[in-house]
Amino acid sequence: MITPILARQEGWNRQPEIVPDGEGELLEVAMGPHHPSTHGVFRMDVTLDGERIIKLKPVFGYLHRNHEQLGETMSYLAIMPYTDRLDYFSSLSNNWGYALAVEKLAGIQVPERAEYLRVILAELTRIQNHASSVGFLIQDMGASGTPLMYAFKEREKILDLFESLTGSRMMCNYMRFGGCRVDTTAEWLNQARKVVAGIPAFADEFEALLTTNEILMARTQGTGILRPDLAVNAGITGPLLRASGVNYDIRKVDRYGIYDRFDFKVPLGEHGDVYDRFMLRLLELRQSVRILEQALKDIPEGPIMDPKSKIRGFRPKPGEAYGRIEAPKGELGFYVISDGTGNPYRYRVRPPSFVNLTILEDMCLGQNVADVVLILGSIDIVLGEVDR
Amino acid sequence: MKTIEEIKAAIEAAVPGAGVEIINNPSPSAQHSLLLQRETALAVAQFLRDDAELAFDYLSNVTGVDWLDKEIVEKVKVKKTVTKTVDGVEQQVEETVDETRKRVEPGYLETVYHLYSMAKKHGPLILRLRTANRTDQVELPSFTPIWRSAEFQEREIFDLYGIVYTGHPDLRRILMWEGFKDHPMRKDYVEPDDFEYEPTAHDAVAKRAQEHQAKVAAAQNGGAA
Amino acid sequence: MAVDENLKIEMGKQGVFVTTLQELYNWGRRSSVWPMNFGLACCAIEMIATTMARYDLARFGAEVFRPSPRQADLMIISGTVTKKMAPQVVRLYNQMGEPRYVIAMGACAISGGPFKQGYNVLKGIDRYIPVDVHIPGCPPRPEALLDAFITLQKKIDAQSLTGENRPRHLNPEGQGEFPVPEQGEHDLEPPSNTLVWPAPMVIR
Repeated sequence: MITPILARQEGWNRQPEIVPDGEGELLEVAMGPHHPSTHGVFRMDVTLDGERIIKLKPVFGYLHRNHEQLGETMSYLAIMPYTDRLDYFSSLSNNWGYALAVEKLAGIQVPERAEYLRVILAELTRIQNHASSVGFLIQDMGASGTPLMYAFKEREKILDLFESLTGSRMMCNYMRFGGCRVDTTAEWLNQARKVVAGIPAFADEFEALLTTNEILMARTQGTGILRPDLAVNAGITGPLLRASGVNYDIRKVDRYGIYDRFDFKVPLGEHGDVYDRFMLRLLELRQSVRILEQALKDIPEGPIMDPKSKIRGFRPKPGEAYGRIEAPKGELGFYVISDGTGNPYRYRVRPPSFVNLTILEDMCLGQNVADVVLILGSIDIVLGEVDR
Repeated sequence: MKTIEEIKAAIEAAVPGAGVEIINNPSPSAQHSLLLQRETALAVAQFLRDDAELAFDYLSNVTGVDWLDKEIVEKVKVKKTVTKTVDGVEQQVEETVDETRKRVEPGYLETVYHLYSMAKKHGPLILRLRTANRTDQVELPSFTPIWRSAEFQEREIFDLYGIVYTGHPDLRRILMWEGFKDHPMRKDYVEPDDFEYEPTAHDAVAKRAQEHQAKVAAAQNGGAA
Repeated sequence: MAVDENLKIEMGKQGVFVTTLQELYNWGRRSSVWPMNFGLACCAIEMIATTMARYDLARFGAEVFRPSPRQADLMIISGTVTKKMAPQVVRLYNQMGEPRYVIAMGACAISGGPFKQGYNVLKGIDRYIPVDVHIPGCPPRPEALLDAFITLQKKIDAQSLTGENRPRHLNPEGQGEFPVPEQGEHDLEPPSNTLVWPAPMVIR
């Protein structure tokens, strides 16, 4: 429930500072950029009073690869492979987000079969992303290896599907403005059906392994609570927002692509703690399976590219467009300004992980230092997207 | 959702002297935007967030854009009095002459905000703010007190474009290191010369490559001697 | 100092195992290369996939990923090294104990890769530290990383303990510390370590 904003006082959207108890000295620790639990090269400057966190300042930029600046120097099509490397766990979602923005900019329609293929690939991406992110979260808790091995076992099956369709395991570079790059075969679809049929069993096994684990419950329940009003104001999206109980899923709100044809639910959390986020990812994974089953059943025959869309020498009219999708980590938006030439004048990525980190300090204040890696793991960041 | 004209009228009714201007977007996306004045931007933003009907409680995206000085070349027809010799007699004749005039439209830095509403599930509303110029007057009001999501995104624009957000609680560089001097996303930024050129450089790169090679050769000869 | 192969086989038939100190020493080192738990970018995910059940890096004795550079023998530069990160990478390399090895995994670590034209991207980690094995690819497949491991093991096997070409850690004059670049106002200073990486000249 979101309380009306008018009734708020100044500074309500910031966690109050914590006053040290005055016993002993404060300790400043730099966690990262080389740290096994920061999911890449990320740094947090933490001030500790004993075990308690008084202050936490995230430091970014260790993987700042100038994605946006490079985008301004190259053609619209040439940016597509770079979007793979934003959130390198879910390259196909990134492809879709960028394709959607450019299609809005140039007014291109996508054929139905391509829409179905996009949904199938994006939901497969969501499944492997959520499975691995839960695996990494448990790994950060200290369960070294085992849950991650389970997750990666399933991930490899999905990556095999990606590889046989697009030619690459991780950097798929599959979508184009107005459709997809290559058509799929009936064998591929059958193989996909087989993989999807196996996912519920994997989810059951994974849940049996984890959800009622006593250590996991003790460490994650009540840790890193995020209030829904604060989450909305800080622009949090994705599983992190829904775990706090705010019903906002762009697949339902914008109904981009053909998501209005599928019957699926948006799971919501109640407490907004780390455990809720962990459970929410597992529930979303099951909803993705539902979407996949429907999409794989209904996929029609037909072309996969809009015959009118131009791949080479693509020059949209001057103007701008903002397109967004529900990536596995939250709202992934692309903002493109065209000046009529072959390169975008401005190319901006709205990365979900980066904006979700706004709230990291607020969630960590007053918690123990050992919980920081848990809270960070529950946000599910990928540094390629945070720093771009 | 209200149309952009209705939103503009609502803003002007609520914030007197807001001076909002609609910027048309000619592309098929038809995402038109509102240009705000620097002085009243905060009040407008607060209204957009707190108005019960609009309820733009979610600021999704903050973008910096650099618009360089534009040199506009126009052909203007000018009437001039010319002294001419017609049939051996000097006469004052009025003539229309084509004249090319150059004028420089000053550049500016711009911030674009994309707003959505989570409560009402509508959007986007696009707001724009422009600085006075690109060099010394680059201050814009910060929206961080109103929407927390602007906090890191405005820091990023400060880092890469050099727009100074007044009222931002913690305006530091975010992506580049402390002590870095440039604003690398500006269109006139010159990169450090550390590129390892391919032997087959061509077009615009070929000249840069030759200059670079000359520098390397000079450094190596100097080191040997 | 090598033992005659035929003699070795003959003695082996008699139940006697003949080897040299060098072979034994290198066998021990190459069979327990402990990599550093150090992921930079996209390639790190493929590195993790290599350690998982399907590709199983443990077959080569290298499954023990150590988070501390003090305990690691091998640094896998798995991804783009930015100019903000480069000093930390060199510092981590300096903190590793000898003998130490470096694998540059992927196009970014080798030369900057697709991000080469970026203002914040280091154009190859070998500008500051010596690299033993380069793996091309964006990202390289897990099989490619396994191949790099085998190449590294062959390299370790071929190292002689004495003489001119002995490895750095057996040479008292060998360079141990590599200078850490400073972050300047516009760029890293110096832009490269000329002792490790002389700037290439293109002859036209």
